[in-house]
Amino acid sequence: MKKVVSNASEAVRDIQDGMTLMLGGFGLCGIPENCITALVNLGVKNLTCISNNAGVDDFGIGLMLKGRQVKKMISSYVGENAEFERQLLNGELEVELLPQGTLAERCRASGAGIPAFFTPAGYGTEVADGKETREFDGKQYIMEKAFNSDYAIVKAWKGDTDGNLIFKATARNFNPMMAMAGKITIAEVEELVPAGELDPNFIHTPGIFVNKIFQGVDYEKRIEQRTIR
Amino acid sequence: MLTKQQIAQRIARELQDGFYVNLGIGIPTLVANYVPEEINVTLQSENGLLGMGPFPTEEEIDADLINAGKQTVTTLPGSSFFDSATSFAMIRSGRVDLTVLGAMEVNDNGDIANWKIPGKMVKGMGGAMDLVASAKNIIVAMQHTNRDGESKLLKKLTLPVTGLGCVKKVVTDLCVMEVTERGFELKELAPGVTIEQVKTATEGRLIIEGEIPEIQF
Repeated sequence: MKKVVSNASEAVRDIQDGMTLMLGGFGLCGIPENCITALVNLGVKNLTCISNNAGVDDFGIGLMLKGRQVKKMISSYVGENAEFERQLLNGELEVELLPQGTLAERCRASGAGIPAFFTPAGYGTEVADGKETREFDGKQYIMEKAFNSDYAIVKAWKGDTDGNLIFKATARNFNPMMAMAGKITIAEVEELVPAGELDPNFIHTPGIFVNKIFQGVDYEKRIEQRTIR
Repeated sequence: MLTKQQIAQRIARELQDGFYVNLGIGIPTLVANYVPEEINVTLQSENGLLGMGPFPTEEEIDADLINAGKQTVTTLPGSSFFDSATSFAMIRSGRVDLTVLGAMEVNDNGDIANWKIPGKMVKGMGGAMDLVASAKNIIVAMQHTNRDGESKLLKKLTLPVTGLGCVKKVVTDLCVMEVTERGFELKELAPGVTIEQVKTATEGRLIIEGEIPEIQF
């Protein structure tokens, strides 16, 4: 099956109102910029978005929040977005905050065919409310379930026409687990090459997990905290 | 009283050769500036970097290379990148030797609150809950009292808890304390600070035994 599509609009065009999407990235690092713009243009609404952060007011998922496209965010840290905080405190937006490792593992479990797992993170806190707890070797754990996501949208550095992906530096973050976890996975890459050109020894995400891939354009790669020596 | 830099400097003395260390945002980040020259520690940044180096020069800046505080950073020889699940596998399996983080409140059982002020601040826990649930050694760096002068070292937390019974040591602007079964055990005083000041500023159970040395810089 041909995986290569021509651009972001073509990649996201079947996404519908009310769907659950995973979006890769940590802060603004490694986010699928092209697909976010395409989702804003597509205008789909009532989305549930699983992403570690919610972007900033005028970039990343913040653009989708501004357009009131997001019904619910599932994240670990949302401190950089004033619009997010405003919508949340006004009850216009649902949010589920999870420990970052739990968020990552719920993605990984989903992509690995594992329905649930036990983690100590959040035991004794409000994160554990309503969740099964169990003791193993004298330590308490809570049960967390795999996510169920219609689409996963990830950003990679290099990719090939078979959907194999290589990530760069800390732009890897949540992208590999999310790539494995979508019912349909879309990958946008900075450089798309013919199958065979990437060294199989250095593939991070095998192409079996990727359904659609395209060469992204005009990456801004905005830096949140430009810090120099 | 200790400045933020001095709190970080004092915590840096807890580092041992070969340690893998996770430093939280704020004062904890400053600890990296005071690693003793004769030892080697490896900094873990939970967004996917082991072997974090200093901030880059203008020429070295790479938007794809940041720390957990979203600041641009560099790598050191021997560093590695990995995904978020692998990062928290390191943390949950107890391979990170020391975690330093900030707190809004700590109680005398070692419970910590640092992620939420109901109705006011909704930022989230990030990696803090995973870290405090699994780290072998947790040191909290914080001011002893809040802006209104109220103690942040309490009998009982007033804010939503991040993790239970996990804090081993607290370094504040006033003193160094160890969290034991009996409560906060005063170990060292900041220069110019009296035991009376610590007593007044500590609401939780405070244990004072023997001579309390002054922190030397």
